[in-house]
Amino acid sequence: MTSKSKKEIKFIQGNEACVEGALYAGVEFFAGYPITPSTEIAELLAGRLPEQGGKFIQMEDEIASMCAIVGASLTGRKVMTATSGPGFSLKQEAIGYACMAEIPCVIANVQRGGPSTGNPTHVGQGDINQARWGTHGDHNIIALTASNHQDVFSITVDAFNMAETYRTPVILLFDEAVGHLREKLVIPEAGELPIVDRLRTSVPKGVDYYPYLPREDGRLPMSDFGGHHRYNVTGLFHDMWGFPSNNPKVVNELLRHLVDKIDNNIQAITRYKEHCMEGAEYILISYGSSARSAIHLAQNRRAKGEKIGVLELQSIWPFPAQMVREKCRGAKAVLVVEMNMGQVMAQVKAAVDEPGRVFLANRIDGKLVTPSDIKQLLRVIQGRGV
Amino acid sequence: MAVKEYLRERFFPHMWCPGCGHGTVLNSLLRAIEELGLDKNDIVMTSGIGCSARISGYVDFHSLHTIHGRALAFATGVKLSKPDLKLLVPMGDGDALAIGGNHFIHAARRNIDITAIIMNNRIYGMTGGQFSPLSGPGKKATTAPYLTIDNAFDTVELAKAAGATFVARSTTYHAKECTELLKQAISHKGFSVVEILSQCPTHYGRKNKEGDAVQMMEGYKNNTAKLGSKALEDKPSLIARGIFVDVERPEYCQEYDKIIARAMKEEV
Repeated sequence: MTSKSKKEIKFIQGNEACVEGALYAGVEFFAGYPITPSTEIAELLAGRLPEQGGKFIQMEDEIASMCAIVGASLTGRKVMTATSGPGFSLKQEAIGYACMAEIPCVIANVQRGGPSTGNPTHVGQGDINQARWGTHGDHNIIALTASNHQDVFSITVDAFNMAETYRTPVILLFDEAVGHLREKLVIPEAGELPIVDRLRTSVPKGVDYYPYLPREDGRLPMSDFGGHHRYNVTGLFHDMWGFPSNNPKVVNELLRHLVDKIDNNIQAITRYKEHCMEGAEYILISYGSSARSAIHLAQNRRAKGEKIGVLELQSIWPFPAQMVREKCRGAKAVLVVEMNMGQVMAQVKAAVDEPGRVFLANRIDGKLVTPSDIKQLLRVIQGRGV
Repeated sequence: MAVKEYLRERFFPHMWCPGCGHGTVLNSLLRAIEELGLDKNDIVMTSGIGCSARISGYVDFHSLHTIHGRALAFATGVKLSKPDLKLLVPMGDGDALAIGGNHFIHAARRNIDITAIIMNNRIYGMTGGQFSPLSGPGKKATTAPYLTIDNAFDTVELAKAAGATFVARSTTYHAKECTELLKQAISHKGFSVVEILSQCPTHYGRKNKEGDAVQMMEGYKNNTAKLGSKALEDKPSLIARGIFVDVERPEYCQEYDKIIARAMKEEV
């Protein structure tokens, strides 16, 4: 073992990098159910959590896993579950509950090919829109992603921080290729990355605590179950006491609060990286494992003098439309590289000044989109033939 | 502490129909808690969806009103995370044994220290009177205009088979008996189940010609008998009341503490 003052270097899977990030962020409770290709997250936390007094439980199904982490979060713990395609579908109602009741929690979805059982052992990125709209009703959500293990680690830390800051479920949209790929991870020293702890109320015992009355900055301090403030938590529209209400004013204000608390902080939430973007005439927008191919191509073409850059998205929801518009301004063409039928492309088209210059370089056959897949489309767009 | 102290008066009046048995269950439960002398801060009441589930809003405990059928899954998260808390999970028959059936049998299998209270009115009341997995065959419901053909679960047998370590049954007619059973269930270390037959005169009684609330409660008096009683021996077709299971088995959270001890030891 390396001493604690030194950085630890590991050669591991992406799913393990996610686990390391979660532990660094302070995860204390995990509930899950076996599903490919995310199972390693559960397996690893089953061993690691009790080593530090945390709790792991394998529940009877995906729904129960999601419910259990919400329950545990209310006792003051940082909580997480992990799943893939079908499991993500099953969790949706309880994710909506966590949105409505404003319970901090992190859900890792290591994406595979869908719909239905689909392509369990192969890569896909088809859950982009499900992450946004999988649960019913208007709501808001944060979804983050990453293309390499160092970023999987840090974005997982970000996910826990944002869950606490905004009192919301945060979804980690990884994919099978990143999840199972092995590469180097340098674990930062304690204190190197910021950690957001739970904001707890300062209202003393005996004084009324309003669990759902936002402070001026929009944040809602929490009180742990078992503490001296007893309050109601419900998935119904509720007043500042947490008690059910169908008063139109209460309903209107709560729904707007749920949407605004995230939309109003889009700049603080937005995460992205630029690769070879200086003076780029052709921009590849990508994320997750697809971004690795896009970056590879851009670096190769740059070496040959072509002005190609990659805008790598690390936050998908709320979609950073303004940032994308600014980065794509003046580009000859924007290629969205993803492994679905254009779910992020639709967002990019809606964001940019010239949607007619946005193209889709996708692959949906369970194979990783390759640099040559992208190059072929690029050649057509550039008028250089197939 | 007076029973009234356990209520959130601010949230009254309650939403139950006149004659509903659920208020009697709440009464019995609060008296059990009072007699046990439990601290309000130590109790978490977790419920799902339905008439029964609204009980959690009216009590001055930590209360978690969740989604349909999943109360036990939420409760499992609360309990494992903070095992010192007392978990009370009131559920309706549909909530507990239709949509929530999987969580019910698995909570029982784990023997996690949670008290499940099944308020069995044999109907989906909140949605207007559809048959439930406890209605049984030959009943009238809005979704069974030609009478039900579905068989009913026997809650007690199901709980026993799934591994619950305390299983009891009573009715709203026997409110004091309910209090006694609930006291024992709450004090029991492990997964405890108390089924309480609770009348729904609005949606079940009327349709099935079982009369108003008083007549339905008389039915509970006449059609049930205590376990081990002469009445039950003479007429085994009566519904048995009392404690069916009361055994000690390793409790889940305590077992998990052993896992932590093992994991920490390996680290050294």
